[in-house]
Amino acid sequence: MTAPANRKRRKLLAAAASTVAAAPGLRLMEWAAAQSDAQPVTAATRWGLLIDTDKCAVDCDACVRACNDEHGLTGTGRPETDAQWIRKVTLTDEHSGRVTSLPVLCQHCEQPPCVDVCPTGASFRREDGVVLVDKHTCIGCRYCVIACPYQARSFVHENLTAQKPYSPRGKGTVEGCTLCVHRIDEERAPACVEVCNSGGGDDCGNGALLFGDLNDPQSAIARRLKSAPSRQLRADLDLNTGVRYENL
Amino acid sequence: MSGGGFFAIPRIISAAIFAPVLAAVVSVNALADGPPKLPRGKGATCVEPLDVMRRNHMDFLNHERDLTVRGGIRGRKHSLVGCIACHAQRDGHGDFIRIDAPGQFCHACHEFTGVKMDCFECHAAVPDTSASHAAAPPFVPPRRGGYGGETRP
Repeated sequence: MTAPANRKRRKLLAAAASTVAAAPGLRLMEWAAAQSDAQPVTAATRWGLLIDTDKCAVDCDACVRACNDEHGLTGTGRPETDAQWIRKVTLTDEHSGRVTSLPVLCQHCEQPPCVDVCPTGASFRREDGVVLVDKHTCIGCRYCVIACPYQARSFVHENLTAQKPYSPRGKGTVEGCTLCVHRIDEERAPACVEVCNSGGGDDCGNGALLFGDLNDPQSAIARRLKSAPSRQLRADLDLNTGVRYENL
Repeated sequence: MSGGGFFAIPRIISAAIFAPVLAAVVSVNALADGPPKLPRGKGATCVEPLDVMRRNHMDFLNHERDLTVRGGIRGRKHSLVGCIACHAQRDGHGDFIRIDAPGQFCHACHEFTGVKMDCFECHAAVPDTSASHAAAPPFVPPRRGGYGGETRP
């Protein structure tokens, strides 16, 4: 079943649940319908991100700021240990002098090394392709930090107080880009994508980030990946990353 | 010495009367120190009957957290965010007080029962008041073409 069809089914079931709720004495059915409404994410969808490095401006860090705001990543004044979920990397070709700028974040691999090395199962890949840390089971060993080829994971060294309700973070656990799962689950785009595609003010408006379902052949990202060349970072590792780069 | 005999009986009687009264006063005082007075939530009723919540809230939260973290199922009725949204109190300036602050909903009972909770080392202890998330997000129909960058050729 494709992702939109799945969503349609969810809504149909939600409508069925509300109809049942109106009838008295059918608590069990109501309960059963409500349970079937809340289905976990499935592998029918695989979320991905396509980054066009030609459109990504060297002096722009709007995506990093948006990420920091969204997840409450505040600096402690000690940048060596501050959490960083997106890094802006600038590359200069030593022969031609061509400068390329790109955001590097968790690549949401299909075969994530961080998940392979995690001793507690805290590092996991959601069915829809988002690689996450379950901080309830993370023991802070940082094997995943070492294993990640993209240096995409951060460790929280200090007590935190002003966390966001939808993005819990705490001392002694590892964290990284969540692809804004709390937004995806509400059918909204990740914060970095939103800011990159909106213009005006402090927003970036370069439109360098394209987010969507890699498994849906009709999605803009799948069509773009099919029609134009793109790269995975460290493709030699054969991790089948969910984040791809154009013009790199 | 007859006066002593005269007063001896009332003393016994008074002791018989006042001892239980004294005991009652002491036990009332103990009760006053006992079950904590919890700030009321916003809604008329909780998501479950009180006795069920008192006994099982931690199991609800544990179960729901796995559904949410691993399965992406959000907005169910036993969510921690829901508890905080309903039970967080405001101070004199209208700012929210942390729900794990002394005397507040979670702390008051956990202090009384002597059970340490570590939820709020990671989770927000006050409702989100930022403009973008204070209200439930408007429903956006599924975007077939993906998100963002739709204007590309």
